[in-house]
Amino acid sequence: MKRIALFACAAAFATAGCSTTGSADSGSDTDWTAPVGEDGRAPFSSTYERYPGRPTALVGATVYDGAGNRIDNGTVLFRDGEVVAVGDASLDTSDYDVFDGSGKFVTPGIIDIHSHLGDYPTPSVDAHSDGNEATSPTTPEVWAEHSVWPQDPGFSRALANGGVTALQILPGSANLMGGRSVTLKNVPARTVQGMKFPGAPYGFKMACGENPKRVYGNRGRMPSTRMGNFAVNRQTWLEARAYDGKKRDLGKETLKGVLDGEILVHNHCYRADEMALVMDMAKEMGYKVSAFHHAVEAYKIGDLLRENDVCSAIWADWYGFKMESYDGILENAAFLQREGACVVIHSDSAQDIQRLNQEAAKAQAAGRRLGIDISDATVIGWITLNAAKAMGIDEMTGSLEPGKMADVVLWNGDPLSVYSRPEKVWVDGALMYDALDRKRRPVSDFELGQPGEGDVK
Amino acid sequence: MKRAVALAAGLLACASAFPAAAQNIAMTGVTVATGDGSDPIENGAVIVENGRVVYAGPAAGMPQTAMPLMEAAPGTWVTPGLVATVTNLGLWDVGAVSESNDIRAGDSPFSAALDAAPIVNPASQHIAIHRAAGVTRAATVTSASSSIFGGQGAIIDLGSDPQAVTRARAFQTVSLGESGARLAGGSRASAHALLRNALREANEFGSDARIPGIRSRPAEQGVGDDVPLDPRLVDNRAERGDDVLLSRFDAAALVPVVRGEQPLYVMVERASDIRSVLALKREFSRLDLVLVGASEGWLVASDIAAAGVPVIADGLDDLPQGFEELAATQSNVGRMVKAGVTVAINAAAMENPRNLNQYAGNLVALSRIPGADGLSWGQAFAAITSVPARISGLGGRAGVLAPGAAGDVVVWDGDPLEVGAMPTRVYIDGVEQPLENHQSRLRDRYRDLDESDLPKAYDW
Repeated sequence: MKRIALFACAAAFATAGCSTTGSADSGSDTDWTAPVGEDGRAPFSSTYERYPGRPTALVGATVYDGAGNRIDNGTVLFRDGEVVAVGDASLDTSDYDVFDGSGKFVTPGIIDIHSHLGDYPTPSVDAHSDGNEATSPTTPEVWAEHSVWPQDPGFSRALANGGVTALQILPGSANLMGGRSVTLKNVPARTVQGMKFPGAPYGFKMACGENPKRVYGNRGRMPSTRMGNFAVNRQTWLEARAYDGKKRDLGKETLKGVLDGEILVHNHCYRADEMALVMDMAKEMGYKVSAFHHAVEAYKIGDLLRENDVCSAIWADWYGFKMESYDGILENAAFLQREGACVVIHSDSAQDIQRLNQEAAKAQAAGRRLGIDISDATVIGWITLNAAKAMGIDEMTGSLEPGKMADVVLWNGDPLSVYSRPEKVWVDGALMYDALDRKRRPVSDFELGQPGEGDVK
Repeated sequence: MKRAVALAAGLLACASAFPAAAQNIAMTGVTVATGDGSDPIENGAVIVENGRVVYAGPAAGMPQTAMPLMEAAPGTWVTPGLVATVTNLGLWDVGAVSESNDIRAGDSPFSAALDAAPIVNPASQHIAIHRAAGVTRAATVTSASSSIFGGQGAIIDLGSDPQAVTRARAFQTVSLGESGARLAGGSRASAHALLRNALREANEFGSDARIPGIRSRPAEQGVGDDVPLDPRLVDNRAERGDDVLLSRFDAAALVPVVRGEQPLYVMVERASDIRSVLALKREFSRLDLVLVGASEGWLVASDIAAAGVPVIADGLDDLPQGFEELAATQSNVGRMVKAGVTVAINAAAMENPRNLNQYAGNLVALSRIPGADGLSWGQAFAAITSVPARISGLGGRAGVLAPGAAGDVVVWDGDPLEVGAMPTRVYIDGVEQPLENHQSRLRDRYRDLDESDLPKAYDW
């Protein structure tokens, strides 16, 4: 067996590319633009506006900028919702409120590319089960934002314990085509429109493998096999390609958006062989997969994923809960990074979204044991800039660079250590969580007057 | 995993039938955490001889030994093996593949009588994977599914030998609260009535059938071939009334519970449900209760402490998953410990039990958050070693590095509570364990993607 020097190009794969927006060759057969409402606006437009913030200077901290860089004794300046400068101690901090970050760490806000907060909220009672429109194997016409309950207490835990400032809420995986996702700012609001990330593209949830064939096969309808999964998908794409938009059709509008590269595909898919088939199906139909989610076998095809420029959104260590997750290994992320493929650590969990930093650290350590040294700064990119890229919001957030949104976490220690927690979290420069101020912590309507209201959680 | 017996040397002819021999271990200059709640000892030493711990403490106090010192890389930690409770290790292969999964039996006519001991598979990948993650002993049990009773759990070791069970029928489980209420027909009232009726039927059946007393709790097993018969299940002709609900086997299984000879693990979350469980002692004074879950335990911590009931608590639950967990907070464990409650971290309340150390580390992190209640490093480590061992009936013998304790020793590549720390060596009863498994083999195969000579299928 030929052995090659795999790790000599560590720097080259430190910032693995996974650009996603815009597809050069549109899969649409007809000219078409997404319709707007009678009021001339895109439907359900974001009403989010940033909250007031003070001009802030974080000084003396170790800074990971999310783009693969580390600055010791760094300075981060932000005002009016935007990052102004990131640099060393020589930056001028006059006219800023200065926070001493000695012994602390600064990162961009953490981004979870795979969450069901709001559409499977807590309390997780049947009345709240709004994540799967499991009545047809293809439901491209549904939009996850219409299921999001803004009062889900889980948003606040993700903010306070996880430093999460943006997240993608996806439909579930019962269907081959589950519907549109929505990207949110992790800022409490009375309406989902008040949380929608302004300017974020929509995502489109698809699912491979066991779930769709089980759900529909058990009802005696197609698909009941993996080949059935592909047949239904391909036929649906063919029909979408021919859609001329003359009569509005919600499902086709979403599929057209995908074919035009406006809507990014997030494809739940565990097995390597199946991901390879999906990438070929995408080429056949003229769309692009932005990221495979739950890709526990991605490590078997890191080369293919790199060549196709598809991110793998993965857990650090989940395995064994279903047949297609049987080959999960701790080294998945490290092996992908070794190949120069794009790694994103995701949660799919109201619990793990509070610890994405720890999950990333676990995956990093697994590589280190094999001699795959991935820098801390790169690993922070797995839960910030790489997620932003795969969600199409990397021009706006995901790294600490001048002009980007001031989505910032000040950690009370190394974010890749189990012993560290967010001390302060800013979204668009507004302080939304402060561990040192018990009132600077969101409490959802549901929690008012209940035991534990306003507790540290 | 068994201690090496002196006889083994004289039985070389059938050596292959015997577990591997215990090794002697002597290490110094390492960080030692003993698991007893104390702080880690930098520059510590550990000696294990004939499968038993002889010394664990500061290197300066290490007794003279003729044993060769084992090499240790800088930054090495040495600890007792982790003790995982409550788990279903050895009872399943793939969660969603029902043929391979023996955790639930919703259609079974039995409940309390279900016994994990004969169905534990020591060759399970999950046992191998958790062994490699430093878990050396566990409580494993089926889940309540056909009734509020989940069945009888076993204490196992995670050694690579064919004998996993070290104590069969070590505890019974019962689910109260929201899920127990659904299993009982739809309400908490039904669950409580079902529980009380079951305990009364068991009490009566125990006397009528002359089921012997303490013998029904099997001794801890020394070797693999002495699995005792369950005296509760021997043939007897005790007549029972015609309005009984429990099958004969289920009634027999609950006899030692009502007599306090077998601990009853009660799955319960809400503060008021916990109070009702504690109050059971007024009706059934001999019950040996353990609370499992207890997400609102902090609200009734002083009651739990006063009752002397230990808790196997969900470590990081902080969401109102149901209406029974409205007050859930990560500070739950810290607050209960502060109130004097004995608390182990529940291995069932995480993705896999191998995350126990991560959960313990998070409780240490809380000690730096204003308003939160966390644990010291030593307390947190005890909550995944000596405390679960004590609750599991292994007090003083597992989950600690102390003279006389089993040689369950894990050598780590760093602070074991830190994410990413992994064992480099694992010993159970002094016997060094293999750390290979399905995952490690996949890891080795996919260290590269080179197929220039042959397909990956030939790389093994």
